[in-house]
Amino acid sequence: MIANHILSIAIWSPIFFGILLLLLNKKLSTRKINYLALFGALVSFIVTIPIYKNFNTTLSTFQFQEFHHWITPFNINYHLGVDGFSVPLILLTSFMTIMVILISYQSQRFKSASYYSAFLIMSGLMIGVFCALDSILYYIFWEAMLIPMFLIIGIWGGPNRIYATIKFFLYTVLGSLLMLLAFLYLYFKSGTFSIIDYYYLPISLEAQILIFLAFFMAFAVKIPMWPLHTWLPDAHVQAPTGGSVILAAIMLKLGGYSFIRFAMPIAPDATLLLKPLMILLSLVAIVYIALVALIQKDMKKLIAYSSISHMGFVTLGLFLISPLAVEGAYIQMISHGFISAALFICVGILYDQTHTREIKNYGGVINKMPLFTAFVVFFAMANAGLPGTSGFVGEFMVILGSMKENFWIAFVAATTLILGASYSLWLIKRVFYGDIGNAAVAKLSDINAREAMILGALASLIIFVGVYPKIISDITNSSVLQFIELVSFSKVGVL
Amino acid sequence: MSNLISQLTLLSPEIFVALMAMLILLLDLFIQDKNKHLIYGLSQLTLLVAGLLTVSLGFSEPQFAFKDMFIFDSLALFLKMMSFITLSIVFIYSRNYLLNKKLLTGEYFSLSLFALLGVMLMISSKNLLLMYMGLELLSLSLYALIALNRDDKKSNEAAIKYFVLGALASGLLLYGMSMLYGFSGSLDLYTIGNVIQTQEINSELLVFGLVFIIVGIAFKLGAVPFQMWVPDVYEGSITPVTMMISTVPKFAAVAMLIRFLFQGLDYLIVDWQQMLLIMAVLSMIIGNITAIAQKKIKRMLAYSTISHIGFILLGFYVGTIGGVQASIFYLTTYIMMTLAVFGLIILLSNTQKPIEFIDDLKGLSQTKPWEAFLMMIVMFSLAGIPPTIGFYAKFSVLQVVIDQEVIWPALVAIIMALIGMYYYLRIIRLMYFEKSDKKLKTKTSLPMLSVLTINAGGLLVLGIFPKTLMSISALAVGGSL
Repeated sequence: MIANHILSIAIWSPIFFGILLLLLNKKLSTRKINYLALFGALVSFIVTIPIYKNFNTTLSTFQFQEFHHWITPFNINYHLGVDGFSVPLILLTSFMTIMVILISYQSQRFKSASYYSAFLIMSGLMIGVFCALDSILYYIFWEAMLIPMFLIIGIWGGPNRIYATIKFFLYTVLGSLLMLLAFLYLYFKSGTFSIIDYYYLPISLEAQILIFLAFFMAFAVKIPMWPLHTWLPDAHVQAPTGGSVILAAIMLKLGGYSFIRFAMPIAPDATLLLKPLMILLSLVAIVYIALVALIQKDMKKLIAYSSISHMGFVTLGLFLISPLAVEGAYIQMISHGFISAALFICVGILYDQTHTREIKNYGGVINKMPLFTAFVVFFAMANAGLPGTSGFVGEFMVILGSMKENFWIAFVAATTLILGASYSLWLIKRVFYGDIGNAAVAKLSDINAREAMILGALASLIIFVGVYPKIISDITNSSVLQFIELVSFSKVGVL
Repeated sequence: MSNLISQLTLLSPEIFVALMAMLILLLDLFIQDKNKHLIYGLSQLTLLVAGLLTVSLGFSEPQFAFKDMFIFDSLALFLKMMSFITLSIVFIYSRNYLLNKKLLTGEYFSLSLFALLGVMLMISSKNLLLMYMGLELLSLSLYALIALNRDDKKSNEAAIKYFVLGALASGLLLYGMSMLYGFSGSLDLYTIGNVIQTQEINSELLVFGLVFIIVGIAFKLGAVPFQMWVPDVYEGSITPVTMMISTVPKFAAVAMLIRFLFQGLDYLIVDWQQMLLIMAVLSMIIGNITAIAQKKIKRMLAYSTISHIGFILLGFYVGTIGGVQASIFYLTTYIMMTLAVFGLIILLSNTQKPIEFIDDLKGLSQTKPWEAFLMMIVMFSLAGIPPTIGFYAKFSVLQVVIDQEVIWPALVAIIMALIGMYYYLRIIRLMYFEKSDKKLKTKTSLPMLSVLTINAGGLLVLGIFPKTLMSISALAVGGSL
């Protein structure tokens, strides 16, 4: 009985706890709210573990499927299921929610119950996106997820939060609405909203191109791909630490995941046709955005740009359409989830004490926070792609994959190893080393046990995936092969 | 004799509402000021009994009365029941406001019931004359309702403006009707349709007549380019009247559109499709873009209404049963959202200073968290963001448009929906992201708040389970087209 609803439980338990927190808002003390939120996040994480445990890695089909009729006039169904691409991201989502709630203990803010509940509800909705096999169900999760994020940035964000959150919302919605049109067109062609049916639906090349572009608008904004990335630095800088963490660790991944799930297999011929353009956009993101990151004066902005640059590897790997590169892109998504989250948490820890993110206001932090600095240096090295960390594995596989395609793609992509190291290490040098910059830095105190635990957990995961990437590739392997098969299969020939 | 009785039975709700409206007007003279809530109770009772009478007529094949002037079909049943429920909610929301403003008099209720009678007649008319009579009854009651607050200059201005433009629109409609009569020799819509079809009259003069009919409909709907009265009337009337005008007459206008274009002149579909498309697209563009510039909340909602009307017309433009179903579903959700938003404005208005400017909502989440939360749901629903019912309304209209393999109106619609989100989000932004500079002191009436909670919460619940409402509106249309 329960085994059949394993995905529903994963989606709805964080949402349940989120609503519970909202309802108990006024009745509980802050301390109890903190514990309840953490308890909710832990339960939500524990219920996702069986998905990983019972997942059959030899199958490429969707598992744990759940099917209920929902809106019968339009043949919309509550249809859930996961394949190798969904499972690691589901676990990442529920795990990151715990981190976010733990890190938010420190910065006492007003309406903390609503704050936690927004994160819990969002976590459920994001898991819903990863599980949905009905495109309208997917769309509803995808859009509904914006509401908590919109409120998180708008209510608890920095001074320029209103501009940032509205820009974030409208940018994302523009893409989503075009995606909705694509779904409606596919429904008109096939009479169903089922994603699996779309994979085998013959579509003419012209229609495929339009569908691909509509999907591209939705997902490229989310990832974000150059030149649709401008909302991200604003949103990151203004968002509270927790918001930045979820944004970087999970929300950006939704774009990559959706390319795998929708755009590429549904419009394979358009994908092959537009492949050079997509590779070009990815390379621009990798190199140009890395250069932009180099000159940033704000720490959070720097990490935000570095995120865009790293996500360029994801799109590059996906559009190379070879098993190695796709696998690499996927590992890069997971790894970037850990590394960028860790970096944003580190900036948040500094910001909570000094209330500034300007690089020039720091210097010599290592004298006051040695343990913290050790962690930051490690994360920065992982961000630069140090071998032995997860950051290396994904990038290396993508570069290898691109070498097979064309030497120059690999060459341009590999420059990021230099650029990434430059901006990461230069940041470290300016902020952490040298003499103590000013009085604010002199008053800093090192991280406490809770923070050390969070950073330690993330650091060990980064090393673990870096040393043993098989843990992810085992799950995704058969799905990657299936994906390559779908994308290589011409739908125009069937017509 | 038995024939007469069965015909009268078919009209029993109309007869009952007419009698009660007159009775309330009469009783008002004898009831002392402190007992005026009796009139409120009586009006609600009228709506309840009228609803029961309508339901007792049952859901069956279309029935006709009085030489086929009057039609009662599933569409009429649905629209009339919706009108009763809507007006009843309008009364609930208005009560305290009227009490505070010392406007809780028989006129408001009696005029509203007369307007309702006009709406009911229009919904059920198959004959040009009956349609026109219903329209005039509705319009005359509305003119008086707008001027209800007779010491207010704005109210008077709005009433005069609406009267002049309304009279013009009625005149144009009558002119169009006379042309139809000239061509077909009949006032009956079905006969007109048959004559045009069998004799294959498709002269330009007939299309000329059609234009005037559509002008009349568009005026009542408030579609561009006949939208000029909407913002002024919304702003000038007291909020209960605004709420009434923006909801109940829309049922009549939509019924008029369906009866004329789908049941009468469906042979001219190629001609009216283009007109509806132009009006739909223009309404969405002008409504949404102009709404951004508004500072007063009621003017903003007026333009937002225009843009929603554009969406409703887009569904009708498609010209299929599916299109009408989508539009009726959109209309139903639009009415729910409008009731909720005006209900909230009334709830938050106090006697000294009503909510007038959008900025008055600043920081509402701190002073009145629950009301702010409800307002947020309504705004997300108006913007069409899932999981609210507003999303499915837009979804179903877009779906029928795409089914015609015409992409560009759908593209315009989504771009305009995106622009629309900006000003709906602005309200959420003010309520949640900004601090209030003054305390909002209002007494909350608990019964009203609970009805509002059901109303606004319903937008969310129906957004998760939209199937029933979709099926009902589909059934209403399917049974009569």
